[in-house]
Amino acid sequence: MSELALSPNQETFVLNLGPQHPATHGVLRVKLVMDGEYIVSAEPVLGYIHRMHEKMGENRTWAQFMPNTGRLDYLGALSYNHGYVKAVERAAGIEVPERAEYIRVITVELNRIASHLLWFGAFVLDLGGFTPLLYAFDDREMILDLLESVTGARLTFCYFRFGGVYNDIDDDFVTGTREFIKRLRKRLPDYHNLVTKNIIMIKRLKDVGVISAEMCRKYGATGPVARGSGIDYDVRRSEPYSVYPEFDFDIPVYHEGDSMARYMVRMDEIEQSMRIVEQALDRLPDGPVKAEKVPKIIKPAPGDYYSVVEAARGTFGVRLVSDGTNTPYRLKLRSPTFSNLSLFGEAARGMLLADALALMGSLDLVIPEIDR
Amino acid sequence: MIMGAYFKDLFGGFWSLIVGLAITIKYFFQPVVTLQYPHESLKMTPRFRGHIDLVADPGTGEPLCIVCGMCQRSCPSGCISLKGEKPEGAKKKVLTAYTLDFTRCSLCGLCVESCNFGAIDFSKEYNLAGPSREAYVFDLLKRLKDRRSNADADA
Repeated sequence: MSELALSPNQETFVLNLGPQHPATHGVLRVKLVMDGEYIVSAEPVLGYIHRMHEKMGENRTWAQFMPNTGRLDYLGALSYNHGYVKAVERAAGIEVPERAEYIRVITVELNRIASHLLWFGAFVLDLGGFTPLLYAFDDREMILDLLESVTGARLTFCYFRFGGVYNDIDDDFVTGTREFIKRLRKRLPDYHNLVTKNIIMIKRLKDVGVISAEMCRKYGATGPVARGSGIDYDVRRSEPYSVYPEFDFDIPVYHEGDSMARYMVRMDEIEQSMRIVEQALDRLPDGPVKAEKVPKIIKPAPGDYYSVVEAARGTFGVRLVSDGTNTPYRLKLRSPTFSNLSLFGEAARGMLLADALALMGSLDLVIPEIDR
Repeated sequence: MIMGAYFKDLFGGFWSLIVGLAITIKYFFQPVVTLQYPHESLKMTPRFRGHIDLVADPGTGEPLCIVCGMCQRSCPSGCISLKGEKPEGAKKKVLTAYTLDFTRCSLCGLCVESCNFGAIDFSKEYNLAGPSREAYVFDLLKRLKDRRSNADADA
């Protein structure tokens, strides 16, 4: 932290970062008060692509909100599908067959790997390295092809249904996924040699943008941001859902709190997700992929329901208030990136502009999910 | 000691760059994975969800649709509109118009799922480019007739 940035009598100027800026990956505007190259204060300005998803939920049936969930966080759409169907299933008391739960876990974890790979490429691109992006997209493409062969879509998935999934997975998908995992296991050391151990990368990230565990708690940061600051919190472990308790996997936690720690958490999570997918494929049970007794028109009993899942970026919560009709009375979405971005203003104070952009990249922002 | 750390850092850093370069050179000599798009194109998977299309009765060639309107009601964005009439003496309604406003469609598949008669299905078309917004309001009945006449011409 610089002396300059902390002395208030210096002349400052306001710098607009965004709304169209290559490093913000979307329509995010940050109002920066600058003292030379140092940031005095940063204020994210939101709302440029607000689409009223929550209000839209109140004007359509429970099932009709499904396509919206895929458009919150378009990089991890399946986690958001999962969060919503889980909340409605809990509200309406729908049982999900075991095979469907396994398929959900497999596809969600594949989606998580795809999301982290894209983040990896885009983050290194922010720091000035172009080549890793191409390798990451090469691997991500394989996941998208696999997911396309079961879900029918490549990005804005709408695959899960109340009480199951849209359609069953086939043998091609199972063998394809196994091959992909084998391939990614071979590629990951290349990523680490090319990027993680790179001297420029280390100098840009190590001890830069330190976020304390306290700050994470204050702003409600979750996911890799919190785990990079030493908070051992993952919904898959602390509030297990679906069939996650049956799998053996670790929650990577780093205590440094700097950009490098958040980077390492995500790279380790890719490995853990591969472990989960492998175990799920080994134990995949036979049976139906859709519950039989799901009513065509869902009318949950009046009440207040909340359920959370671990998305690629953190804890995604859905709060439903039902008045017993075929449309939700209130639908509140708690999206992880909003909380993760909120701490940017405090964390970026006193930082160099270039370092603050590295910090912003390490938060893994997806703007449509912040604005909803 | 500080001098030693300095040189260690220098050579360590230099070595990390060499390792990175070795990886990129390794990939330089590997086969190209890019598909040369306009010259070759991908075949869509059987489950690919394009816009919806009417399914014809394999016997008569007429659409299977019985104009119940379930698809229209299940659509979250209201992009389906259909009309039907009951001819004199016929038992069932006959479809006279089926329009899909693809500009509003979000490809969720709820309409196909809600259809109890298997009368709509996803098309595999993905090369959709048009000069105007009106180009995306599809007359699915006309598309079905075109497909049938194309098939007749082929046969």
